[in-house]
Amino acid sequence: MSFLSYLFNGISLGSVYAIIALGYTMVYGIAKMLNFAHGDVIMIGAYVTLTAMTSLTMPTIPALLLAIVVCTVLGVVIERVAYRPLRNAASPLAVLITAIGVSYLLQNIALLVFGANTKSFPSVVQFPALSLAGGKLVISSLTLVTIFACIVIMIGLTLFIKKTKAGQAMLAVSEDKGAAQLMGINVNGTIALTFAIGSALAAIAGVLLCSAYPSLTPYTGSMPGIKAFVAAVFGGIGSIPGAMIGGILLGVIEIFGRAYISSQMADAIVFAVLIVVLLVKPAGLLGKKIQEKV
Amino acid sequence: MEKKRWNKTARNNAVTYGIVIVFWLAMTLWRQSGNLSSLMQGLLVPVCIYAIMAVSLNLTVGILGELSLGHAGFMCVGAFASAFFTQCMTEAIPFVPLRFALAIIIAAVFAAIFGVLIGIPVLRLQGDYLAIVTLAFGEIIKNFVNILYIGKDSRGLHFSIKDTMSLGLEEGGKVIVKGPQGITGTSRDATFTIGIILLLITLFIILRLVQSRDGRAIKAIRDNQIAAESVGINITKYKLMAFTISAALAGVAGALYSHNLSSLTATSQNFGYNMSIMILVYVVLGGIGSIRGSMIAAAILTVLPELLRGLSDYRMLIYAVILIVAMLLNWAPAALAFREKYSLRRLLGKNKAKGVE
Repeated sequence: MSFLSYLFNGISLGSVYAIIALGYTMVYGIAKMLNFAHGDVIMIGAYVTLTAMTSLTMPTIPALLLAIVVCTVLGVVIERVAYRPLRNAASPLAVLITAIGVSYLLQNIALLVFGANTKSFPSVVQFPALSLAGGKLVISSLTLVTIFACIVIMIGLTLFIKKTKAGQAMLAVSEDKGAAQLMGINVNGTIALTFAIGSALAAIAGVLLCSAYPSLTPYTGSMPGIKAFVAAVFGGIGSIPGAMIGGILLGVIEIFGRAYISSQMADAIVFAVLIVVLLVKPAGLLGKKIQEKV
Repeated sequence: MEKKRWNKTARNNAVTYGIVIVFWLAMTLWRQSGNLSSLMQGLLVPVCIYAIMAVSLNLTVGILGELSLGHAGFMCVGAFASAFFTQCMTEAIPFVPLRFALAIIIAAVFAAIFGVLIGIPVLRLQGDYLAIVTLAFGEIIKNFVNILYIGKDSRGLHFSIKDTMSLGLEEGGKVIVKGPQGITGTSRDATFTIGIILLLITLFIILRLVQSRDGRAIKAIRDNQIAAESVGINITKYKLMAFTISAALAGVAGALYSHNLSSLTATSQNFGYNMSIMILVYVVLGGIGSIRGSMIAAAILTVLPELLRGLSDYRMLIYAVILIVAMLLNWAPAALAFREKYSLRRLLGKNKAKGVE
């Protein structure tokens, strides 16, 4: 039964990766930039929730909503101040390096505000655990909530993009910014909306991640952020179901690697997956290959 | 015209070398006068290390135009390879300068091998993907070194990735690489003078490369890969060349690093992603593509935080702000237009012809 419980742990971790990866994949698909600071938005979301629950003694749901609002505003502000001015820069490196700078800025602000000490995160899910096969396989309620949240978010996002005008505008901007603008789409607004949605998802992911691994430091977000990017690439960047599949597969690979190969090499295994995927199938599992035209 | 251009380049190079030599003279004299604090003395070798790192990273970022976030990984390879060599050869080669020179060459060779191995797959990618994969490789190298155990006895070398016991050493065998504890007790052979010599060699290699036919080919790839390919430049060859040289020089910096400390461990502080970012800050601040700039930025940013100890809490915060502001001012089209409009030269009515270019 340990195999099954590892599998569920993997799917649970993978669902968190998938939620983060959705943010990455949307931003990458539309703004064509790797938002390095995305992982740190997760961390900020977790700190806001923690502060709201402990210092302000708010219940879980309002605390989570507060974190979502803070992260959404943060994401939009970052996009406006740091990324938008560089959107038409001559070198694609410019915005990437700026994103790294923003990531560092968020980490160090958190370091100054919340301190370097590891904070333990309270459990946000208080349902009883699900016990199967006569108690041999116990699935924690957090795992179920995480998987459920991931599925709901994915369905919601897919519907949003397919059925609403704003979602169609996102698709149009990701295809061709110039043409979208000519059709009367507010490109800047659409990109800002994408950042807002991605950052809101990051807040949810932050709370779920820190509930599962309850130690919070200013650097908590950076590694899951990078791994979620790996997941987005794995599934095919720009594809919402791809981010979901990539995230879950990556979570399962990481937990199995940790359990059966070496716990110290778990991160290395995840990165090795990225390298193999990029070399064998650079467009990812569900991505489309785009040929550059001259 | 051709001659005049050469003269300008030569003069520029002379200034770069001159800065290094003047810095060496000033520091040596200052040290001999006995007024140099021990804090500053301890910083002399790190200044050389980070200057070499920044100059070599600038080859990848500024000249080749690809963002590498795994530069510290190559430094790690060089550091461990050279420290391992020194440990093995302490008795065999008692003459320190020869042993250290060989250690540096070994560091460069190992880092170059890793550069080729990593470069071949990585350089098929571009932009964001390349950045994230170099980051991944850097982390893999760091993780791997942390589980690596190497011991030596009369039967030769023994490798393990589990623990010291599974090396199966004979009586009297010696464990050299001890997993997370790294390598301890390396003789501290690195001196400021050697550091300066290595920095000069690094500068010589990179400036020669950049100003050669090969260097122009590399810059052509940076400016427009498709156009470069269409005029017959071998993209893979030149990309790999730049990447490997950059890695080898990072390995040299690593050798200097490992011989400046008596114990060497691979942590995320010295060989992780953080270090790669810090070197990137030096490169960006010194000016992407400016060899002299990254050298000076590395030196200043290594010394300054130590002198401003009171600001140590805010150091990384300030770096982050500098990074963002420097990128926005130098690359944002709006900022460039603003600078063009209100540039000092233009306001003073000089260099009017420049707008024609």
